[in-house]
Amino acid sequence: MVKTILSQLKEFKLIAITAPLWMVGEVICEMIIPILMGHMVDIGVSGGDMGYIVRTGLFMLFVAVLGLICGCMGGYSRSKAAAGLSRNLRKAMHDNIQTFSFSNIDKFSTSGLVTRLTTDVTNIQNSFMMILSMAVRAPMSMIVAMAMSFYLSPRIATVYLIAVIFLMLVIGLFMKSTMVYFKQVFEKYDKLNESVQENVSAIRVVKAYVREEHEDNKFEKAATAIYSMFVKAEKRVAIAGPLMMFTVYSCILLISWMGAHMIVAGSLSTGTLMSLLTYCMNILMSLMMVSMVFVMITMSEASARRVSEVINEKSDLTDPDVPVYEVKDGSIVFDHVDFAYDRNADEPVLKDINLSINSGESIGIIGATGSAKSSLVSLISRLYDVTKGAVKVGGLDVRDYNMEALRNQVAVVLQKNELFSGSIYDNLRWGNPEATDEDCRWAAKLACADEFVEKMPQGYNTYIEQGGSNVSGGQKQRLCIARALLKKPKVLILDDSTSAVDTATDAIIRNAFIRELPSMTRLIIAQRISSVMECDRIIVMDNGKVADFGSHEELLGRCSIYSEVYESQTGANADADFDEPA
Amino acid sequence: MAEEKVVKVGGHGGRGMRGMPRPKIDNPGKLFVRLIKAVMENYTVHLIVVVACILISVFANIQGTLFTRTLIDAYIEPLSKAARAGEAVDYGPLAIAMLRVACFYAIGIAAAFIQAWTMVYVTQGTLKNLRIRLFEHMESLPIKYFDTNAHGDIMSVYTNDIDTLRQMISQSLPQLLNSAITIVSVLGSMIILNIPLTFVTLFMVAVMLFVSGKVTKMSGKNFIAQQKNLGTLNGFIEEMMNGEKVVKVFCHEKQAVEEFDRYNEALYESAYKANAFSSILMPINAQLGNVSYVMCTIVGGALALTTSETTGTGVAFLLALIGLFGSLSVGSLASFLTFNKNFSMPVNQVSMQLNSIIMALAGADRVFRLLDQEPETDEGYVTLVNAKMENGEITETDEHTGKWAWKHYHKAEGTTDYKPLMGDVTFNDVDFGYNDDKMVLHNIVLHARPGQKIALVGTTGAGKTTITNLINRFYDIQDGKIRYDNINVNKICKKDLRRSLGIVLQETHLFTGTVADNIRYGKLDATDEEVIAAAKLANADGFIRRLPNGYDTQLTGDGANLSQGQRQLLAIARAAIADPPVLILDEATSSIDTRTEKLVQDGMDKLMSGRTTFVIAHRLSTIRNSDCILVMEQGRIIERGSHEELLDKKGKYYQLYTGKKAETA
Repeated sequence: MVKTILSQLKEFKLIAITAPLWMVGEVICEMIIPILMGHMVDIGVSGGDMGYIVRTGLFMLFVAVLGLICGCMGGYSRSKAAAGLSRNLRKAMHDNIQTFSFSNIDKFSTSGLVTRLTTDVTNIQNSFMMILSMAVRAPMSMIVAMAMSFYLSPRIATVYLIAVIFLMLVIGLFMKSTMVYFKQVFEKYDKLNESVQENVSAIRVVKAYVREEHEDNKFEKAATAIYSMFVKAEKRVAIAGPLMMFTVYSCILLISWMGAHMIVAGSLSTGTLMSLLTYCMNILMSLMMVSMVFVMITMSEASARRVSEVINEKSDLTDPDVPVYEVKDGSIVFDHVDFAYDRNADEPVLKDINLSINSGESIGIIGATGSAKSSLVSLISRLYDVTKGAVKVGGLDVRDYNMEALRNQVAVVLQKNELFSGSIYDNLRWGNPEATDEDCRWAAKLACADEFVEKMPQGYNTYIEQGGSNVSGGQKQRLCIARALLKKPKVLILDDSTSAVDTATDAIIRNAFIRELPSMTRLIIAQRISSVMECDRIIVMDNGKVADFGSHEELLGRCSIYSEVYESQTGANADADFDEPA
Repeated sequence: MAEEKVVKVGGHGGRGMRGMPRPKIDNPGKLFVRLIKAVMENYTVHLIVVVACILISVFANIQGTLFTRTLIDAYIEPLSKAARAGEAVDYGPLAIAMLRVACFYAIGIAAAFIQAWTMVYVTQGTLKNLRIRLFEHMESLPIKYFDTNAHGDIMSVYTNDIDTLRQMISQSLPQLLNSAITIVSVLGSMIILNIPLTFVTLFMVAVMLFVSGKVTKMSGKNFIAQQKNLGTLNGFIEEMMNGEKVVKVFCHEKQAVEEFDRYNEALYESAYKANAFSSILMPINAQLGNVSYVMCTIVGGALALTTSETTGTGVAFLLALIGLFGSLSVGSLASFLTFNKNFSMPVNQVSMQLNSIIMALAGADRVFRLLDQEPETDEGYVTLVNAKMENGEITETDEHTGKWAWKHYHKAEGTTDYKPLMGDVTFNDVDFGYNDDKMVLHNIVLHARPGQKIALVGTTGAGKTTITNLINRFYDIQDGKIRYDNINVNKICKKDLRRSLGIVLQETHLFTGTVADNIRYGKLDATDEEVIAAAKLANADGFIRRLPNGYDTQLTGDGANLSQGQRQLLAIARAAIADPPVLILDEATSSIDTRTEKLVQDGMDKLMSGRTTFVIAHRLSTIRNSDCILVMEQGRIIERGSHEELLDKKGKYYQLYTGKKAETA
């Protein structure tokens, strides 16, 4: 995990290494000052040597300036290294996500990917900066100060050593037990926030059932529980400060006592005692900092893990070594296909599918929710790989094609479709970057999008907001169809893509396909029987299996599921849909 | 209404960073006072204890520092002299002095401990109260508030803003207080010890503040750029990740990478600059602190020299002049040097804490703004009571009779009358707009008699859902009257009005808890048998029993482990158990496929029988047997009548139904 993250430093490796070096310089400068000060007192002040005072003073200033330069360079380097690391991490993730298959995306979920690309990277960047500064600085200044102390007076330094070990043990012990507590608290805390979230989004339900008080009580109970947990956890933390004070004060008293004896005995000078007292503070403060760094690192550990998961994820779809770039025609064959989203699943989603579809045929697909209609068509453009058997397009196994070539010639309009921020032209050109304005209009006309686009104040230059929030569901669907048509594909798959378009417009779109693109194989998934009944043949899906496959008339005669749906939506007991008109 | 669930990234960047630009708030002073008041409300005594403890520990700390002087001047020097002179050395007085200091230290530690311990209660208690107040207030807000505020923003009040408040109350405030007291007392001590050295220290602090101010300004500019670039990149990531599958289908990966790289590079540029400036702030201050220290040492050393010995040079004469302002012993110098460090540290801290306090105040501002929102008002006085028939008269009772009546108190006559709850709803020329300047419903007239089924059809945005939201007073109308059982709904207590209406929304929301808990939401005291009966009515019993723990299966994340159709079935069961006289079904079966719907239909029919029902649906099977179908367009009812009547009319309904353009316009 750490290796994955650090390997992304790349061009910033050198600067990341120099950052702590500068820091070491800064620390050494800082540590020299107290010792110089001690000399100044002993030789200059006590010895009455003004020249020495000025000389040492100037040297001290020089050291301070040197420290300043080191400090600034260190700050600059670590900022650059950390910002660079986060840039590279984001890029590595994003590049890899672009190679992901649908199942890779499913595994992480959209929101999961967004968090990893944003919050997690920021966490890592902040901790990395912290590590480059504090994690180096604190132990460094502790070690240097300790070394100086030993140099000045091994006896007194021993006192520090004991104090440090004592504090380390106690802090370590504390941290361990407190961390466990905090982990629990934060889990509960997240739950509390989830329940707020739940209430915010379900406020209509709460109000409709007059359950405000009920929710208030629930929340108060949860908030109080969290309060007592937080108090318990934070009380432990609250001990750390006074404990630190206790250690510092004990050290000062002990050193003063020992120092007094030693000075009187002549084995220690007053100036040295003063230097030693300064180091005392330095050492113990650094120790506190080390513990803080430790907390920071553990906090970003989860982020680092999540980020490296994305970087290390391998796409489970790869191009063959010698890919085919040309799809011959629009014929489709399913040959004993089994498919499961999870390879270890007991029950496959699709079971032993055998189908043969001719090029240029129009195929309707109907079936209940969860009967695996979408799964079936997603195999054709190789959004997922089959578990068993083979799917062939244009006579060749889909796994033999170059993926980009295959997907350009097998266009899918997804059920959950998205438009992107940009003009309508920009959005349509996703289908073909080279499309002229004429081409775009042609596609929009076919998809019955032209009429409403023309009515918009800026026509095709109208800006689509993020997620297409400024067009209605039906308009969005029609634009998505137009976008797919611009690919001029050999196979077009519409996965419930006209559900928000009214019946009349739906029919116009289907007729336009027949008129303008007769050689294109069309697969249409729909809930509405009218959308599929004029197709050449219709696939009836039931629980992951093809229940029947045939023309409208054939199916009416022999397929009970089909005739049931047909009956419920047409005829004397008609059940039509009232949808959005054009 | 079907809003896509899009992942939003919180807008607040790294909080409390050094050198961050301070957010602008209108009246920080007033906010601060209000916040302190909120803390004081329950914890006045605690706070007094805390302030006292801080005073004590600062005092103890100063005593400790001053001890260095006493140690050197009063004990070590004389003792050394004595030792050099070969006299007996008596450590007794020193031991006593140290014991005294030890006492001070002990008191200081105890005070610090009490302070930290008390602050835990103050912080967490205040946050708890604030959270509860926020939540309770939020629950009382009108629906409009939730319409006009992004849910992410509301959530961020609970998470980000409360979190910054926690930091502020528990850390920044005590530290600021501590720093302020330290600054004052250290300054005092310094002046007592030596005036010239105090001037040197003050001068250096001024330099420090000046330089860090300059650097902060420079980093602030870059931080703003960083925030902007971060926002752009996050927006891009959000959009692209939501549409990642489309990117794949259209083989748009290369373009996505190119655009991403551009935003990523821009962010990197501004991020490293902003951070570079802010991270050199620390070494600058530290080293300037050292310079200050060195200057004091030089000047102090010289002063000490003139005090201790006379060197008879011109320099010494000059120093002696300065020395008039304060003579200096070696011990005093040692103490002063510690004070010098102790002084620049809190000054630095104050400028740092000030930043995080202002950040926290911006959070407090959002918290208070939510608390200041006008809650839903309810001037209704007609209440719903359990009713009992006695001698042909309706009387009020405490028992659960299953019969309900409106209790209507007439103020003018001072009489009370009871009207049985029937479920008769009328709209009389109702106009409504979410804002006063834009009406979305015009001249709505309708009458639903008890037990009738009214269907609303029309395009998205025609105003179907809005009509149902007016019956339960989620919104108040601008003009006209809505009557329930011939009582103006404005006169009915909102709580009781809503209790008499069952509602199943298109977007199903379930709560964390068991399946049974969720059904019981409609009637909190329902028995297990009632729960099962309601589930059976909605045809949900079957799938519930197949769940791993049946009715005790835990639902989390809005019922994420159930299919959309199953969730709708639970919502129907939840409405069924409430047993209201009026039912509103807003696309209640839209996510249930045709075959399953057939199964539910039976239950739905049972549910609807004997109740006034408003149905919004786009499936004919749900609508056809309605007593009256209202066809809506752009906020108006354009056609009304039964299914057959409307078909004969060959108008909009006919067009919607057949998919053919109407023959007559």
